[in-house]
Amino acid sequence: MDQLLSLLSENARLSTAQLAAMLNKTENEVSDQIAEYEKAGVIRGYKALVNWEKVDKNKASALIELRVSPKRDRGFDEIAGRIMQFEEVESVYLMSGGYDLAVKVHGKSMQDIAMFVMRRLSTLDSVLSTTTHFILTRYKDGGIILNPDEEKDERRSVFSD
Amino acid sequence: MIDYRAVLNRQVQELKPSGIRRFFDIANEMDNVISLSIGEPDFPTPWHVRQEGIRTLEDGKTWYSPNRGFLELREQISRFMERHYQLAYDPKTQVAVTVGGSEAIDLAVRCLINPGDEVLIPQPSFVCYEPLTRMAHGVPVIVETRQEDRFRLTAQELRGKITPQTKVLILPYPNNPTGAVMHRADLEAVAQIVRENSLMVISDEIYSELTYGDARHVSIASLDGMKERTVVINGFSKTFAMTGWRLGYAAGPEEIIAQMVKLHQYGIMCAPTTSQYAAVEALKNGEKDIAEMRRQYDMRRRLIVDSFNSMGLPCFEPEGAFYVFPCIKSTGLSSEEFCRQLLYAERVAVIPGNAFGDCGEGYVRVSYSYSLNHITEALSRIGHFLKTRQAAP
Repeated sequence: MDQLLSLLSENARLSTAQLAAMLNKTENEVSDQIAEYEKAGVIRGYKALVNWEKVDKNKASALIELRVSPKRDRGFDEIAGRIMQFEEVESVYLMSGGYDLAVKVHGKSMQDIAMFVMRRLSTLDSVLSTTTHFILTRYKDGGIILNPDEEKDERRSVFSD
Repeated sequence: MIDYRAVLNRQVQELKPSGIRRFFDIANEMDNVISLSIGEPDFPTPWHVRQEGIRTLEDGKTWYSPNRGFLELREQISRFMERHYQLAYDPKTQVAVTVGGSEAIDLAVRCLINPGDEVLIPQPSFVCYEPLTRMAHGVPVIVETRQEDRFRLTAQELRGKITPQTKVLILPYPNNPTGAVMHRADLEAVAQIVRENSLMVISDEIYSELTYGDARHVSIASLDGMKERTVVINGFSKTFAMTGWRLGYAAGPEEIIAQMVKLHQYGIMCAPTTSQYAAVEALKNGEKDIAEMRRQYDMRRRLIVDSFNSMGLPCFEPEGAFYVFPCIKSTGLSSEEFCRQLLYAERVAVIPGNAFGDCGEGYVRVSYSYSLNHITEALSRIGHFLKTRQAAP
């Protein structure tokens, strides 16, 4: 795997200078490579991983399992395309196994999400059934442990009591 | 009332406490300190290695091992040394497993030193050589190394310190705290002096797997005529991120190892058996772990060297271990004062260079065995510290 991508996927705020130093490249080489990745759609964006629960206790998210009937020519693409338009929807995956689409949804509250599922998702033509799982606690998200207490450095000086 | 000072051994009472520790104790009392002072890997021991330790505990393999360690472990050590350093040691007679590299250093010093023998110790270097030499009634002779020489031991410096009493050279490379590495040509020059003067070498190679760039570690024991004059010290702490398992080893001439094992059996019996089983797994299946950790350290090393240089703290490019040793003389502060001010102003902990010998004055030791995010945060605080100082009248 490309080391530049792996570094950026860990921390997108590393400066070009820092990346260049780490990868033993020039700053120009690094910024050209990033521009190329952006152009090719390999890098699709940069955003902060926010611990929303710290900002607003009521914020809620849910994983929703959808069973849908695929369309003759477009399979699952059409329904997936419609679901991903909703701004409440963070991610949409086509799954193997007991259901078809997994949809991750953010809302202002659990009630908000419940309304969204009832009014928006379950009413879609090809949706056969929905199962909503509310997320109770996010321990780790996007590769980041959200509760910093878990990351305490237990190492000590070689000389200590 | 017992006067304990009169009861206690005079030599041990005269040993100075470590300067590493003194600084740590201050930092520990403060909140929000971000540290670049730790001298052990931040990676946990690779899972398959931990698992092997767990498995043997579950199986109830909790007995003593042979004094010099399980033969299977010594065989694996021997193969590893052959593979990595082109060194062939007989696992039956020329290898001993110890409680960390530290025990092996202590044993080697005690087995080689007679009272009054001089022991050459290059500095800056880890803090144990001098006290251990004193406890063995040897005479430590410090050989200073310099940034101009990339903190390598030069033939010239070495020659200047040799007397008829010189017995042992301690060779601590890759070096803690400077990150310096001795290349083959540097070692050849040193080896020649060692042979001419019939010295013995205790080569502390605990960081041997952490070298960066194209050149891999060269052991002085692999040079002509040096195997018979060298005790190689190594271990699992740095190579496999196994510090807490306390496992190291010594390899050298059968006659020396035999005496070391004799001391070891009276003082220690054997190294922890759980650790020995885990270490066999590490040596058998751990090459990819070494490569991955080295790759991570190397990226951090490049970042940190580049950052110090652009902050105006000139930093020679270390080729080994996981430390950088930037020069802080331009700030006009002593090492201790720099560390103290940095700690109080920005809550960043680094270790004053003089904790590793007087010639470390004017430098600080910065460890990069931390996550990238941790390092970038600490670097930005250090940058802020320097800017604020420059702005002040």
